[in-house]
Amino acid sequence: MKPFPEVVDKEVASVSQVSIAPLRPVTADERGVRVPARASRPIVESEGALRALLGGLSGVDAVGAEARAAKLATRSLKKSTKLAALDLAISMVDLTTLEGSDTPGRVASLCAKARRPDPSDGDVPSAAAVCVYPDLVAQARHVLQGSSVKVAAVATAFPSGRSSMNVKLLDVRDAVEAGADEIDMVIDRGAYLSGRLGQVLDEIVAVKQACGAAHLKVILETAELATYDNVRRASWIAMLGGADFIKTSTGKAGVSATLPNALVMLEAVRDFAETYGELVGVKVAGGIRTSKDALRYLVLVNETVGASWLTPDLFRFGASSLLNDLLMQRRKQRTGAYVRPDEFSGD
Amino acid sequence: MSDDLTSPLGSMVYDPAPESPSVAHLRPSYGLFLEGEFTDPESHASFETLNPATESPLARVAQASLEDVGRAVASSRHAYEKVWSTTTGAQRAKYLYRIARLIQERSRELAVVETLDNGKAIRESRDIDIPLAAAHFFYYAGWADKLDYAGFGPRPQPLGVAGQIIPWNFPLLMAAWKLAPALATGNTCVLKPAETTPLSALVLAEILQQAELPPGVVNIVTGDGSVGAALVDHPDVDKIAFTGSTEVGRYIQQRIAVSHKHLTLELGGKGANIVFEDAPIDEMIEGIIDGIFFNQGHVCCAGSRLLVQESIADEVLRRLVRRVDQLRVGDPMDKNTDVGAINSAAQLARIEELTQYGETEGATRYTSSCVLPDKGYWFAPTIFADVAQSHRIAREEIFGPVLSVLTFRTPEEAVAKANNTNYGLACGVWSEKGSRTLWVAQRLRAGVIWANTYNRFDPTSPFGGVRESGFGREGGRHGLEAYLDV
Repeated sequence: MKPFPEVVDKEVASVSQVSIAPLRPVTADERGVRVPARASRPIVESEGALRALLGGLSGVDAVGAEARAAKLATRSLKKSTKLAALDLAISMVDLTTLEGSDTPGRVASLCAKARRPDPSDGDVPSAAAVCVYPDLVAQARHVLQGSSVKVAAVATAFPSGRSSMNVKLLDVRDAVEAGADEIDMVIDRGAYLSGRLGQVLDEIVAVKQACGAAHLKVILETAELATYDNVRRASWIAMLGGADFIKTSTGKAGVSATLPNALVMLEAVRDFAETYGELVGVKVAGGIRTSKDALRYLVLVNETVGASWLTPDLFRFGASSLLNDLLMQRRKQRTGAYVRPDEFSGD
Repeated sequence: MSDDLTSPLGSMVYDPAPESPSVAHLRPSYGLFLEGEFTDPESHASFETLNPATESPLARVAQASLEDVGRAVASSRHAYEKVWSTTTGAQRAKYLYRIARLIQERSRELAVVETLDNGKAIRESRDIDIPLAAAHFFYYAGWADKLDYAGFGPRPQPLGVAGQIIPWNFPLLMAAWKLAPALATGNTCVLKPAETTPLSALVLAEILQQAELPPGVVNIVTGDGSVGAALVDHPDVDKIAFTGSTEVGRYIQQRIAVSHKHLTLELGGKGANIVFEDAPIDEMIEGIIDGIFFNQGHVCCAGSRLLVQESIADEVLRRLVRRVDQLRVGDPMDKNTDVGAINSAAQLARIEELTQYGETEGATRYTSSCVLPDKGYWFAPTIFADVAQSHRIAREEIFGPVLSVLTFRTPEEAVAKANNTNYGLACGVWSEKGSRTLWVAQRLRAGVIWANTYNRFDPTSPFGGVRESGFGREGGRHGLEAYLDV
């Protein structure tokens, strides 16, 4: 096993400094994202090994990252691009309800909305998934029988993650047994911020095992990690631990998804794919309410990791009110006129 | 799916999102701006200004003669003696604030005019050129009644009539850099816009009318190089401010030697962007791209020499090539365009000539795979690797979208290579280690040094060069000195 290619590469490079070798030519197929043919995530064997790997990551310049995100936000999507992007965004929505007041009835109506967001137009795609608390998975599973819409459950003592490992794993197994296709776990931010990075990784590995066939989304809660350097490192820990998706936020902290945080996570996903050949998805969650916001994220994806990631398999929006705005803008693009909000169901 | 993975980034095609040219409200022809009015030149001579992206004519513009320059200087002299030198700072500030607000109000029109006449991407004229031009007027408006506190002693005096000759790369912004501090300090101005990009200065003339700036305080004379030469030679001009090539700057300095004229020159450059192995790599790649491809590389302070630490050179080059392929090159009026047209046929020929030298001297060339439009002046973004200090592309200013990549091993070598040039306008340093950034910055011979960024401009920050990049500062408190008798 060769777990830490960055570190090894650097040593080789510093040895070669003595001779002034010409720069290696860049070949045509390296002009896009270069993904090794054989995919394999490394097994990180110790906390020291994890630190060495994370230490090889480049820092993030906050001013530069925010400027890049702001610049991409000025892209202007028109006509057929906008129509295609709106449909794509609809198909990427994880329609979410995470309230103490959730009931089977509430979940059932949300599921109906996810299946057919706009009953008056058969061309509107379904949402990607509904996202609920574990005790409502069975209800969602039941209502979504025979549909392509996935059932996602938040687990591991969401949103704080402040429970024992046993409770977190039980939470996950419970949701999986009830029929969840996808598990949205939270990382232990307390462990991360106090420097117990190995513990953060171990938890993700354990949860991934508990997920079995279910896909794992790892929520970083970027607002609590506070710095872009932390977001980049936590992204790598999640991916090393086996995440199928990395996700910005719970939606329960003050600030949820932001463009610069998504940018940093997309860069991590790109570099991870180039290093280990595995494509990890990104989910932005919380605070995305308008089509304009959603299209900005799609541009960010397109210009950071490429169009390969423009699929619900690799990019998602965790949102609720966003869906109706997407439907509204979709109708506007097709008919040239805005309709009353009541044209669309309020779920 | 694996086929898709090697596809270039940004393969989601964006439909064209063009800004409307009708917003420009261009007139068929423009006269000289003399005594607050558009006036025909005495000879009635005129020339056509082109859209470099399409080679189609935009408008006819007056060609000033020696006599017209004389009228302009006389008008500015009269306005200086009778009007402007008798105003208070607060009164001058009132006009400058008005001009700044009017630029903001007409910003969309100005952005479109700038893009049509210059070829730069509308995203840049809209988000950078025009807002910065307004910001310069706002900034110097604030100084006009506080000159006593600018550090030049009590009641610093203006110079008189300033002749200001500006380049084609940032037409309106350079007009703002010149006019705002000159007017704030109580000078009157004769402005000579570049031959290929006179239009935004003429829209600015309309704004000066709207602002009710007293006639003659600013006169604008358009035309070819002979107009600038007449202005430089005119005996009643007290100050020459020039932005342009080192070659012309040298000529001007010789012409006005042993005269009473004050001079500031902002000339060429061959900026070094120095990249250490601990730099924040994603933002650094963006910074390198901004450093050289911003405004098609038509930037005197462009980071046209990339000095990269050898240990990360392959990785940086790979990422750079990928990023260059992603740049959207084409219709400058499309809001999604990153790189627009080269400003003129002459400039395109110069870029093509120098890049030919790059190849024959043995550098490795990477050119963006972008498709260039059939008409207009275009040059695909290009990177040269394996460049040696002795290559012409490492020594001469190309003034186009062409980056020369050199490597270094130690900070000392980086500094030595960065300083091994006749120019000294701007440098960039990229590192996460603050102490190293400061160590390097202290040893670089350049007027402007950016740390972990490049091509950032702000009216509060002085800008200017050393050595063959010129002298004098524009912007900030320092920018006042160029127009005060101190």
